[in-house]
Amino acid sequence: MTANSPSNPAPRWTFDAFRLGALATLPMMPGLFAFGIAVGTVAARKGFTLFETMAMSGTVYAGMAQIIVLEAWPERLTTAAIVGAALVTGMVCMRFLLIGASLRPWLGHESPARVYPMLYLLTETNWLLSMRYRADGGSDPAFLLGSGVMVWIGWVAAAVPGYWLGASIGDPSRFALDLVMPVFFTAMLVSLWRGYRRALGWLVGGAAAVVAYYLFGGWWYVLVGALAGSIAGGLVDDRK
Amino acid sequence: MIENDPLGFIAILAAMTLSVFVMRAGGFWLIGHFTLGPRVHRMLDALPGAVIAATVAPILITGGLSAWLAVGAATGAMIATRNDFAAVLAGVAAAALARAAGL
Repeated sequence: MTANSPSNPAPRWTFDAFRLGALATLPMMPGLFAFGIAVGTVAARKGFTLFETMAMSGTVYAGMAQIIVLEAWPERLTTAAIVGAALVTGMVCMRFLLIGASLRPWLGHESPARVYPMLYLLTETNWLLSMRYRADGGSDPAFLLGSGVMVWIGWVAAAVPGYWLGASIGDPSRFALDLVMPVFFTAMLVSLWRGYRRALGWLVGGAAAVVAYYLFGGWWYVLVGALAGSIAGGLVDDRK
Repeated sequence: MIENDPLGFIAILAAMTLSVFVMRAGGFWLIGHFTLGPRVHRMLDALPGAVIAATVAPILITGGLSAWLAVGAATGAMIATRNDFAAVLAGVAAAALARAAGL
């Protein structure tokens, strides 16, 4: 990594960083595949064609929201049903408000014409990888773009085996594919370790998420845990 | 789907897409209108770990022994090798073996 000084700013939007980001997503691909099987199975059951399934993955591009809306897919696409689907989608994806906000210190000075299209590709996976890249001294936004493009390609492609194999593989949990995501995230957590003091926020976040999981069910627990952990993390270092 | 109601299908995808994008771009846009103090900076810095903890903790609570083994093996492999592939492989293998053994 090159030192970032005002007189000699690190190069930005390089292909090297783009490629680095793209390659960093590879360990997560089995997890995308497993998630794609889950979405594809539901979509096939609801009468979607493969093309329609891929169209949804490519545009909406939010696995958890897709599954929830698909499970409750309306018989007829009335205006009310469409508005309802959009609201549920927004609620499931509310955590992106926080995730996007955390990118401001890094990308606030970049051209909005570049940043906003890139935010379309924002997922937990490429965000977490980028935060680690930043923690390790990286600063090139192309890393976020490269990892985002790769996750998008992987997600849209995962609709294919998902759609065709969903029924025949049956339960991906037999091969523990359902655990790729938490396992990958845990590996990220190990790289983000900066001592016990900083980890207090994680503890608070995890505990709050478990409580919210039992209290509210559904998908609220990620948002509640993320908020609680982030607030705790902000307060903890205050009293140094 | 498309044959029966092409307009409806396109409309629902567009509505969902817009809804997600408002979330993806909204936080970044909104916080740009405030000056960020050091405490907000620390909160945003703490967010990645908090999101991971919030995602993984309920899975550990509901996932039983195989989930604990997976996360434990991945943590050990990550500390030892600092390699994402090794961590994912170790975690998934541990859980698959535990499940195959009926644990």
